[in-house]
Amino acid sequence: MYQFDYHRPTSLDEAAQILSQDDEASLLAGGQTLLPTMKQRLAAPSQLVDLSGIAELKGVREDSGQIIVGAMTPHDTVANDKTVQAKIPGLAHLAGEIGDPQVRNRGTIGGSLANNDPASDYPGAVLGLGATVRTNKREIPADDFFLGLFETALDEGELIKEVAFPVPKKSAYAKFHNPASRYAIVGAFVASTEQGVRVAITGAGPCVFRVPEMEQALNSNWSADAIKDIKVAADDFNTDLHASADYRAHLVTVMAKRAVQAAG
Amino acid sequence: MPDTGAQRVLRKEDNRFLTGRGRYTDDFNRQGQAYGVFVRSEMAHAKIKSVDTSQAEQAPGVVAVFTGKDMEADGVGSLPCGWTVTDRHGNPHKAPPHWPLARDKVRYVGDQVAFVIAETDAQARDAAELVAVDYEPLDAVVETGKALNGPQVHEEAPDNLCFDWEIGDKQATDDAFAKADHVSKVELVNNRLVPNAIEPRAAIGEYDPGGDEYTLYSTSQNPHLLRLILCAFVLNLPEHKVRVVAPDVGGGFGSKIYCYAEETTCVWASKKLDGRPVKWVATRTEAFQADAHGRDHITTAEMALDKDGKFLGMRVDTIANLGAYLSNFSTAVPTYLYGTLLAGQYKTPAIHGNVKAVFTNTAPVDAYRGAGRPEATYVVERLVERCARDLNIDPAEIRRRNFVQPDEFPYQTPVALTYDSGQYELALDEALKMIDYRNFAQRRQESERRGKLRGIGFSAYIEACGIAPSQVVGALGAGVGLWESAQVRFNATGSISVFTGSHSHGQGHETTFAQMVADKFGTDYNNVDIVHGDTGRIPMGMGTYGSRSLAVGGSAILRACDKVVEKGKKIAAHMLEASVDDIEFDQGTFRVAGTDKQKSIGEIAFAAYVPHDFPQDVEPGLDETAFYDPANFTYPSGVHIAEVEIDPDTGETQIADWVAVDDFGRVINPMIVEGQVHGGIAQGVGQALLENTVYDPDSGQLVTGSYQDYTMPRADDLPSFRVGMTETPCPHNPVGAKGCGEAGAIAAPAALMNAITDALGTEDIQMPATREKVWRVAQQRLAPAAE
Ligand SMILES: Cc1cc2nc3c(=O)[nH]c(=O)nc-3n(C[C@H](O)[C@H](O)[C@H](O)COP(=O)(O)OP(=O)(O)OC[C@H]3O[C@@H](n4cnc5c(N)ncnc54)[C@H](O)[C@@H]3O)c2cc1C
Repeated sequence: MYQFDYHRPTSLDEAAQILSQDDEASLLAGGQTLLPTMKQRLAAPSQLVDLSGIAELKGVREDSGQIIVGAMTPHDTVANDKTVQAKIPGLAHLAGEIGDPQVRNRGTIGGSLANNDPASDYPGAVLGLGATVRTNKREIPADDFFLGLFETALDEGELIKEVAFPVPKKSAYAKFHNPASRYAIVGAFVASTEQGVRVAITGAGPCVFRVPEMEQALNSNWSADAIKDIKVAADDFNTDLHASADYRAHLVTVMAKRAVQAAG
Repeated sequence: MPDTGAQRVLRKEDNRFLTGRGRYTDDFNRQGQAYGVFVRSEMAHAKIKSVDTSQAEQAPGVVAVFTGKDMEADGVGSLPCGWTVTDRHGNPHKAPPHWPLARDKVRYVGDQVAFVIAETDAQARDAAELVAVDYEPLDAVVETGKALNGPQVHEEAPDNLCFDWEIGDKQATDDAFAKADHVSKVELVNNRLVPNAIEPRAAIGEYDPGGDEYTLYSTSQNPHLLRLILCAFVLNLPEHKVRVVAPDVGGGFGSKIYCYAEETTCVWASKKLDGRPVKWVATRTEAFQADAHGRDHITTAEMALDKDGKFLGMRVDTIANLGAYLSNFSTAVPTYLYGTLLAGQYKTPAIHGNVKAVFTNTAPVDAYRGAGRPEATYVVERLVERCARDLNIDPAEIRRRNFVQPDEFPYQTPVALTYDSGQYELALDEALKMIDYRNFAQRRQESERRGKLRGIGFSAYIEACGIAPSQVVGALGAGVGLWESAQVRFNATGSISVFTGSHSHGQGHETTFAQMVADKFGTDYNNVDIVHGDTGRIPMGMGTYGSRSLAVGGSAILRACDKVVEKGKKIAAHMLEASVDDIEFDQGTFRVAGTDKQKSIGEIAFAAYVPHDFPQDVEPGLDETAFYDPANFTYPSGVHIAEVEIDPDTGETQIADWVAVDDFGRVINPMIVEGQVHGGIAQGVGQALLENTVYDPDSGQLVTGSYQDYTMPRADDLPSFRVGMTETPCPHNPVGAKGCGEAGAIAAPAALMNAITDALGTEDIQMPATREKVWRVAQQRLAPAAE
């Protein structure tokens, strides 16, 4: 690790202000991505702005029929939250599938979404449920939030405050773990909502994406059988030690089927 | 007094381990200590044109920066290979030098180039980035199969060949193949593994100019051996002036046997700094890059059989990757610990093995849990399974037909070893019963109904451990003898301190040895403390590896206990006014035969140190030392059977069941032994399904350099193992123990791969059988049916 300064502001404004005055400053949430990167000397922020002192960023609440998850809420809290479990079981399940207990107790939804790792899980739920990302400046619909590999719609100095999840009729997440890191090789989030079915796939490509063909098929027939022959193209999928692009493409269908089955 | 023998008592050492009170090397901090960080090569192969340390030397807190040139100027020697292998033509293996800090070339990613020492660890890391190394890149070779034709790693070794070695009778083997009714053949990859001890290596070198003495704290499995190599070969130091302390050590699996560059450099640097202690603690990245790796063979093996499935002859050709430099025992692993085990549990009359050991631009390879024997078992048991499938003979039956029988011991194999004992069929029968082999077909059908593929796989392994008779290993080229020492000291108040040359780094010696000694003297095991890991406290010893601690170290302890009893008898004879010949000893009591005159060993011990009325010919003290050199290797054996269920849709392999029936000879603490079996199987499962060390074939970079990419087995990858045991005591050591530390890792890969290939109906898959590989094979196999 290189030398850095540390701040622990108690309000969003204060955090935003420090950030706006220094291009090299970085927000610190659970540190599960940022700190290992710093230890490897691959990142060298001049200042760390620790968000853990800002009370309003933490916790889960219900508001106008939506589930609101604060940016600093650890995965473990979401996984074990009674309301989430009752209203959006797919989301609770997804949070409980992230990493290991240490990671789930430190890592946060805000950090995960801001980072937009192609193998991370939360983008699956956010896009799959058509959630809204609320920042200190605006509201960003999920369909506009995830732009590409580690790339989001967040502007320089913009902070995620919370995420608003509409409650679906049914939802489920099926994950094929990377055996080493336990990130997603392929994760399929399916939801049946008032506006129709949404299918979001994470892990397979450079960025989370929807599969309209599957959504249509499931809109007319909510069953695993309805999508069993729908194949996605492997063209821009990831290939690494653990899975080639065409294996991932195959798994997209398998995991989507499993998610539909799990949602019931 | 409780009989603690063969008892599942809890491990004494776990109190400190589980409450965070273990004392590991990194927990020691010495007065005035500075911190060292290695600058490591980022190139797989390159000439070092220059190393500019000037900027680093100016950095805050920097105490010194050393390079290979500094060590060269100081006459520092090469890290030695301690086992000379003689090739097929009678020549010794090629032994290019291995400098602790590279001098003119780097040969793998992670090779040490410079050592930066600073007031703090962070300062040392900052400064290390300022060392500017000017490299001239060279072509690299990392793949085992390409080494013989690859860019040359060492001038001393044309074709990258370290040695071309053979064992067995080639002519007799060729003759067997000529008359065979059938020949079966397998082509196998034994994947390279990173040892992954939970505690990374660490060292503190400390020179005391006052007494011209050195102390090294280090994560070693064998502190005396480390001292010997350090003094005699690398740093040229007087052995009596060097103390090596290996305190609590968090796992080794072989990787902490060796004298490495890093601890050597710490000791040397402390002298250069006039006595400032220098501490180095490996990062996990360094552990991946620079711990000695394991395995890495490619092999073709053939079996000649008659029409009844009797083995007539076996032929094995192996290329073994030794990495960029020879680690201390690297040459012995693919030869004397591998070729000699190719008979397995079978009476194959003629065997010929050829091993070509090669250099590549990868981390050195040396002994890793099992060391050669897992590789041998993998070859033999995959081949035997293949024979059964080719000839359509039940895999249990083909083994039965070829087993060495109980009345045939001692059995001389065609590959040098003499097996002393074993009941191979007994273990097989027990394992078949435990796994309910008879109903396997039903279980398979049931899996098929759920769209799953089920398979069953056998591994009947034998290993040679309890290494080793000094005379035998000496004749085979070892630079050391492999005996063990023990000192058993009664304290005046009756408690017992046992000093052993074995070293515990997770095995539970402090409990097992204490149980054994307590049993001998009829006392509670809490009255016995086991002291290990410090050359300053313990007689010269040889350490722990090759499942030798109980068989060899434990035997030395029993011998020392016997000497204590003999000495005790003299004291008792004096106290009881009897003749020594009339004194009997049993369960802690000395008695005049046929009388009720007796003294407890506690009374004897007290008298031994308060000898107010001892006659001239009875020495005070009750403290005896013994050295034990085994008469033979020990030969644990057993049968593991794995049952798997594969999901052809994803390639996931679920281990549905696992039974292990092992014969370790006498067992002292079954709980500890079962733990060793569980851990060994876990590592074997890791090798077969998950773990793989990948270097990029073009750049030579280590691709699997962290846990993000290197897949360790986890609890949820493993089934609940079912462990059974048969007990055929070792006939030639006083404990009767054979050794259990490596068996799981030896047996497991073959059992699992045999099960997977059985499920898939093809042999065409190599370890690790990752989900994608299994999926591809399953798709091919199911494709015609699907159409
Ligand atoms: C061993 C391990 C296994 C893991 N496995 C998984 C897995 O299976 N699935 C998965 O999805 N993830 C996994 N993760 C990632 C982890 O779950 C976190 O989601 C991730 O590390 C980011 O969250 P964090 O709170 O740790 O963010 P940090 O590491 O603190 O920050 C990450 C980035 O986000 C920025 N940031 C943080 N908070 C905000 C905010 N409110 N607004 C704007 N920017 C912000 C930071 O500046 C930084 O650039 C794993 C991590 C580890 C270490």
